[in-house]
Amino acid sequence: MSTALQNLVNQPYKHGFVTDIETETVAKGLSEDVIRLISKKKDEPEWLLEFRLAAYRHWLTMEEPSWANVSYPRIDFQDIIYFAQPKPKKQLASMDEVDPELRRTFEKLGVPLHEQKLMTGVAVDVIFDSVSVTTTYKAKLAEIGIIFCSFSEAVREHPELVKQYLGSVVTSGDNFYAALNSAVFTDGSFCFIPKGTKCPMDLSTYFRINTEGSGQFERTLIIAEEGSSVCYLEGCTAPQFDTNQLHAAVVELVALDNADIKYSTVQNWYAGDENGKGGIYNFVTKRGLCKGINSKISWTQVETGSAITWKYPSCVLLGDNSIGEFYSVALTNHLQQADTGTKMIHIGKNTRSRIISKGISAGRSSNSYRGLVKIGSRATGARNYSQCDSMLIGDRCAANTFPTIDVQNTTAQVEHEASTSKIGEDQMFFFAQRGIGSEEAVSMIINGFCKDVFVHLPMEFAVEATKLLGLKLEGSVG
Amino acid sequence: MINKGSKILLEVKNLRAEVAGVEILKGVNLTVCAGEVHAIMGINGSGKSTFSKVLAGHPDYAVTGGTATFEGKDLFALAPEARARAGLFLAFQYPVEIPGVSNSALLRLAYNTLQTERGLEELDPLEFEDLVQEKIKVVEMDPSFLSRSVNEGFSGGEKKRNEILQMAVLAPRLAILDETDSGLDIDALRIVAKGVNSLLSPGNAVVMVTHYQRLLNYIVPDYVHVMDGGRIVRTGGKELALELEARGYDWLRVAA
Repeated sequence: MSTALQNLVNQPYKHGFVTDIETETVAKGLSEDVIRLISKKKDEPEWLLEFRLAAYRHWLTMEEPSWANVSYPRIDFQDIIYFAQPKPKKQLASMDEVDPELRRTFEKLGVPLHEQKLMTGVAVDVIFDSVSVTTTYKAKLAEIGIIFCSFSEAVREHPELVKQYLGSVVTSGDNFYAALNSAVFTDGSFCFIPKGTKCPMDLSTYFRINTEGSGQFERTLIIAEEGSSVCYLEGCTAPQFDTNQLHAAVVELVALDNADIKYSTVQNWYAGDENGKGGIYNFVTKRGLCKGINSKISWTQVETGSAITWKYPSCVLLGDNSIGEFYSVALTNHLQQADTGTKMIHIGKNTRSRIISKGISAGRSSNSYRGLVKIGSRATGARNYSQCDSMLIGDRCAANTFPTIDVQNTTAQVEHEASTSKIGEDQMFFFAQRGIGSEEAVSMIINGFCKDVFVHLPMEFAVEATKLLGLKLEGSVG
Repeated sequence: MINKGSKILLEVKNLRAEVAGVEILKGVNLTVCAGEVHAIMGINGSGKSTFSKVLAGHPDYAVTGGTATFEGKDLFALAPEARARAGLFLAFQYPVEIPGVSNSALLRLAYNTLQTERGLEELDPLEFEDLVQEKIKVVEMDPSFLSRSVNEGFSGGEKKRNEILQMAVLAPRLAILDETDSGLDIDALRIVAKGVNSLLSPGNAVVMVTHYQRLLNYIVPDYVHVMDGGRIVRTGGKELALELEARGYDWLRVAA
C-alpha cells in the first residue's frame, strides 16, 4: 500500500477522552451476591431479580461461543465491574440537575441534551456507563401515549409491560452473552408505541462507556402495538483505554399487526490503537419479532468501532406477510475484527426479507459477513434477497462471507449475490491524475460502495456516517 | 526544434527514472510548446508509457535524475494531484473501473476541484449537467454513460472514449494520451481523434504515445519522436511516422 493510502486510514479516535466524574461502582467480579446487590440498588421487584438469577444460573452452564471468525484472549469475567454509575444517585427532575461535567461530555460528543436546542426534533435517552442520565421530550411524547424512558424507570412505572415483553424475543438463555446480559443488565431504553400511533419524532439513545474496567450491559426493549410506527436511532462512543472493555447488550423489538419499527445504529465504540491495544468487545444480541401480520422491522447499522464486533441483528418473521430488512455497513481497520450479519427466520406465509451488507476492510483487519436465511416449512411464498459486498483497502486485510440458506418450503424464492472489490493504487492514482486528493477519492469510493445502505439511514445519521467512515479511513489509502 | 514564437509548456531534460530498481528512462529530453502536437513512437518496452506515467507522477516510478518543468514549475516537486490541477492530463492506457462512483459525480468533482484551483466558481449539479451534455456529444457517447459507474462494464473502446470525455471536460493545458488508440476500431479511433482535435488550441498541447501511424492520420503531429532504450533517438516531422510505418524501427535502434 502506498503511503497516501496508509495515511488516510490511520486517523486518531476523537471520542477517546475520559470524563472526570465521581462514580459509584460495585467491586469487580460476578456472583449471585453481586446480582442481588445490583437488583437491590435499583430497587427492583422480586420477579426481575428471579429473571436475573435464572439467567445467571443458566449462564454458568454455558460455553463462550467460539464459532465466530474472531480471536481474542480469554475474557476473565471476574475481572469486570458490572455496575458503575455517576454520583450522586438521585432522581433527576430536569436537565438542569444533570452533573455539569456530564453535560459537557455529551456536548463534546455532539449529543444535544438541552431540549430547547433540539432543532432536529429527536428525543434522546442518554446512557452513561450503566445508568440512564436523562431522557428528553418525555412529557411531550407521553401526551400521545408513547412511553420513552430508561429501562429502570420502565420497571418502576410500567412493570406489567416490561414483565410481558422482557425476554420474549431474546430469552434469558438464548446465548452466552444474552444470558450474561440478562443476569447483570443495569439500564437501557424502553419504548412503547401504543395502538395506531405514528411516533412524531425519531427516538434516540446515546450510549457511553466511561469507567475503565467496567462492562456495559444495557437492555433495550421496543414495543410497537397494532398499526403503530417508530424510528429509533442508537449511537455509541467510549473513551480510549489500553484495556479491553466488554459491551454485551440485548435489544428486543416487538412489532404487532401492521406495526413498523426502523432501528438504526451508528456504532463508534473505541476500536483500540493501530497495534490492537485496547478497544471495546462488542458482543451484542439484537433481534426483532414481527409478531403480527403485515408487520415490518428494519435494521440499519453502520459499524465502525469496537476491537471486536460480534453482532447479528435478526428478524423472526412470524406474522403472515411480515417483512424483515437488514442494511449494514461494517468497516474495520488496523487490527479490528468484525463478525457480523443477520438472521432472517421466515415462519409466516408470504414473509419477505432483504439483506444488504457492505463490508470494508483496511489495515490488517478481518471483516466477516455471517448470515442465515431460514424458510420454515409453513412459510409458503416466502422470499429473500441477499447481497453481500466486500471491499478491501490495501493487501493485508481479510474479507469473508459465510452465508447459510436453509429452505424447507418449495414455494420459497431465495436469492444471494456477492462481490468483492479492492481499492487499489491504480484507482488512487487515477483520482489523483484527475486532481482529486486521496481523502476525497476514498470517501467517494466508499460512499458509492455504501450508498444502498446509507439511503436507509435518517438524514442526520447518514451525514454522520459518511463523515465517520472518512475519518476512520484517513491515512489508510495511499 | 523549438517553435520560437510559442510559450514553453513542458521542458524535460536528461530524465532518468526506474521502476522496482530497474532503470527504464535513461536521459530523455523533450520540449513541448503551446499549440503543438507531439507523437512519441517506439517498440514495446522502449519506455514510452513509463515516460508518460513519470510525468503524471505514478507512485511506482522513481525519478533518479534530470529535470522537468511545467509552465516553469518544477514538475517533480508537485504531488500527482497538484500536477493535474496545474493542467497536466493523462489519458490512461488501461482505464480503471471505479464501482459505485458515477461518471458524472467523478467528472463534477474533478471539474470543480480545477475551478477552485483556478479561482473560479464551482458549478452546481444542474449547471454542470449542461456543460457535460455538450461535451459528451464530442465523443458521441450516450448520456446514459454519465449515470453509470466509472468504466464499470464498459467495452475497451468505451473506456477510451470516456478518457477523452474527461479530457474534454477538464480542458487541460497539456494532454498526454498513453496508447489511447490501441484496441480501437476505426469508428472509435475517428471519434477519439475528433475529441482530441476539438481540444487543440494555440494555448495547449497534446503528446500522443502510440505504436502505430494510424492515429496520426487523424491527429496530425507537428513532431514525431522515436523512443528506444529509454531515450529519444530520433525526432522529425509527420513524415517520420510514415517512414517508420514503411521501414519498421530496426534501422533506428541503438546498437546493442
